[in-house]
Amino acid sequence: MPRLSGLQRDALSLYRKCLRACRLKPADTRANFYIFMRREFEKNRELNKKDFGTIEFLLRKGARQLETYESPGVTNIAV
Amino acid sequence: MALRIASRRLALAQQCAPKMLRRGMATPASAIEHTKEPLSATSESLSASRPPIPESKTTTVKEPHFDPQAKTKTFHIYRWNPDEPTSKPKMQSYTLDLNKTGPMMLDALIRIKNEVDPTLTFRRSCREGICGSCAMNIDGVNTLACLCRIPTETTKESRIYPLPHTYVVKDLVPDLTQFYKQYKSIKPYLQRDTPPEDGRENRQSKADRRKLDGLYECILCACCSTSCPSYWWNSEEYLGPAVLLQSYRWIADSRDERTAERKDMFQNSMSLYRCHTILNCSRTCPKGLNPALAIAEIKKSMAVA
Repeated sequence: MPRLSGLQRDALSLYRKCLRACRLKPADTRANFYIFMRREFEKNRELNKKDFGTIEFLLRKGARQLETYESPGVTNIAV
Repeated sequence: MALRIASRRLALAQQCAPKMLRRGMATPASAIEHTKEPLSATSESLSASRPPIPESKTTTVKEPHFDPQAKTKTFHIYRWNPDEPTSKPKMQSYTLDLNKTGPMMLDALIRIKNEVDPTLTFRRSCREGICGSCAMNIDGVNTLACLCRIPTETTKESRIYPLPHTYVVKDLVPDLTQFYKQYKSIKPYLQRDTPPEDGRENRQSKADRRKLDGLYECILCACCSTSCPSYWWNSEEYLGPAVLLQSYRWIADSRDERTAERKDMFQNSMSLYRCHTILNCSRTCPKGLNPALAIAEIKKSMAVA
């Protein structure tokens, strides 16, 4: 595996944080969270890896979304 | 109401600040030269790698109906849409007839939104400088759009940016989450352990109340914090003038019993002592307050006590 740039590591770390947050959701709706999270990431799959500003913005947006959805009050998500 | 604020600002200006620091218009003409491209142009949300596309490369949106006697003025406004994250921020130009527009910058913005381009996004609420929603960078100065007159000379073009060094949510809307988190961290409420003597109210002498003048008027518009270079570089740890002014408001309050604790919070090199008395805060405050003085008072009380 090639060495990852800082930004790539940030993206991966966000992805793993999301996976961990999903694991804390109730078992019957957990799949929905996985699908939603996966879709959010894949929406920007085609992004140019040199488009730093955009990636930084999307990372911030992702972190904000994670903060919202990981609260225990959120028990299901529509996909 | 507007009149009251105006007269109050005047009175304050005469009391506690040299006239030089005051301003009614967006910019003193001399400052314009330096602020053609304010720092916000290169250093907001999308980082220095993404300066906005200059207005010379974007279209100009004109007034819908042409009037031969029009006093046309051009406004260059920072635009960025988060729904297209790959698009670059750009400067969009709008021309307005000043005869049909109210006197304040906010009137111009509202008119653009109503009649010219409904996609323009900005925060506004009270339109009289009491809510602090419409804080933005107008002609290189952080101010409230509702308290900032449109300079009447039509040859000069006005440039409007979001507050510098804030993440942009959309167009002129900054993300103030960090700012509010810091405000929360100073516990901006009365902390007392002993109940009041008569069991009803926490009383205060007139002299003690007077100590809060010049502090309680702060509306937390974030104009001062976002104009402070020290805050730009250390916004994670340095609290910034607005929050420190609020903190001093509670330190100075005679009814509060946690003064020592509040001061203890500042016993580190970052939270308070990143203030290097640059005084941009007092210069820019749209309410004519003096955050730098409040910070100096905190420093003094920390040194003496």
